[in-house]
Amino acid sequence: MSREDVLVTTQWAEDNLDTPGVVFAEVDEDTTAYDGGHIRGAVKIDWKNELQDPVRRDFVDKAGFEALLSEKGIGNDDLVVLYGGNNNWFAAYAYWYFKLYGHDKVKLLDGGRKKWELDGRELTTEEPKRERTSYQAKEQDLALRAFRDEVVDAINTKNLVDVRSPDEFAGKLLAPAHLPQESAQRAGHIPSAVNVPWSKAANEDGTFKSSEELKELYEEAGLDTSKPTIAYCRIGERSSHTWFALHELIGLQDVKNYDGSWTEYGSLVGVPIETGAK
Amino acid sequence: MSDGCGAPAQTAVSADEDTKGQVVVAGKVTGGDGPLGGAYVRLLNADGEFAGEVQASAEGDFRFYAAPGTWTVRALHRTGNGEASVSADGPGVHQVAIAVA
Repeated sequence: MSREDVLVTTQWAEDNLDTPGVVFAEVDEDTTAYDGGHIRGAVKIDWKNELQDPVRRDFVDKAGFEALLSEKGIGNDDLVVLYGGNNNWFAAYAYWYFKLYGHDKVKLLDGGRKKWELDGRELTTEEPKRERTSYQAKEQDLALRAFRDEVVDAINTKNLVDVRSPDEFAGKLLAPAHLPQESAQRAGHIPSAVNVPWSKAANEDGTFKSSEELKELYEEAGLDTSKPTIAYCRIGERSSHTWFALHELIGLQDVKNYDGSWTEYGSLVGVPIETGAK
Repeated sequence: MSDGCGAPAQTAVSADEDTKGQVVVAGKVTGGDGPLGGAYVRLLNADGEFAGEVQASAEGDFRFYAAPGTWTVRALHRTGNGEASVSADGPGVHQVAIAVA
C-alpha cells in the first residue's frame, strides 16, 4: 500500500473540492470548530454524539453506522476524505471505524484542519446539502480491534505500544496536558508496553512523518515488527493515529487498536500495572 | 467529567485563579497588531518533547494542565511562529506570553 492510497495533501483536497464521488468529512469531538468554518462541501461528523453509543461504553453498531452515513449523504462508492482538529486524532479514529465497517475508499487529509489553516486556505460556514443515501456497512472486522482480555494476554508476548505522553505513561498524569486531570482509577501503563507518544509520528504542522522515519521510530523503540501489535492511549483516538501510522503507512499486517485503552485498563480490578518511565 | 480529548474552551486565566491543586500554564499569543486568535499552541517539555497542543481562542488565550517543570510554549500561525519558556514549579497559574512574528 502506498502513502497516496491512504493520505491526501491539502493541495489535492483543494483541487478536488468539487470532484464528484469525493466527500469531505470533518470529524471532531468539539464541533464548534466546524460551525465556525470548515472546508467547503465538508459534512460534519460529531465524534461524541454521532459515533459513540449514547448509553453503553462502545461506539455505534453496524445499523447505527449505516444510518449515520446514509443521513450524511455518503454512499458506498464514495471516496471519503476525513480531517479534523487535534492533529487528526478523531479523524483517524473515524478512519479506523470506516475500515472496521468495511469502507475501503477512505483517506485522511494529511495534517488535518491545522495544516489547512496554516496554509491559509479558505474555510466557509455554508452547510452542504447532500442527498440521503442507503449506506450498507459490513460486519466489524475484528482483526483491527483489540479487547481487554486480549490485551492482558498480550503482556510480554505481543508488542504493546502506549502512545500517550511520557508523563501519562509514567503515571504522573492521567490525561493529556491540555485537559483537566481526571479519568481512570489508577495511573501508569500496561507491563511490557513501549512508550512511543503519538506526536512522534507527526510533524509540527500535523502531517505524518515519512514511512521511513516512522519505521525507524518504532524499531528504535523496540517494536518487533515480526510480532502482532496492539496500540492504546487513553480513550482510543490517539492510538488510532498510531494504528494508522503502523498499519496504513508502514504497512505492518497485524495491528489492532485497543479502543478501551487506559480509561478501561486503568480501572480494571486485578490487572498488572507498571509505573515510572522506561 | 470530560470523557474525550478535546480541550475545554480556551479562556483567559487570572493569576489568582483557584486551580484546585493543578499546575496551569496559561497565557496569550500576540502578533504585530495585538492579540492573535486561532494560533496552534504546543507545550514542549525541557527536552523539547511534545506534551500537548491547543488552539488559542479568538483573543489569543490558551491554557495547559501540566506537571511541575520547565516548559516551552510554541505558537504556530499562518502569519508566523513564536515561542517562550516558563517555569511552573508547583500548583497554581503560571503565565507566559508568546509573540508571533
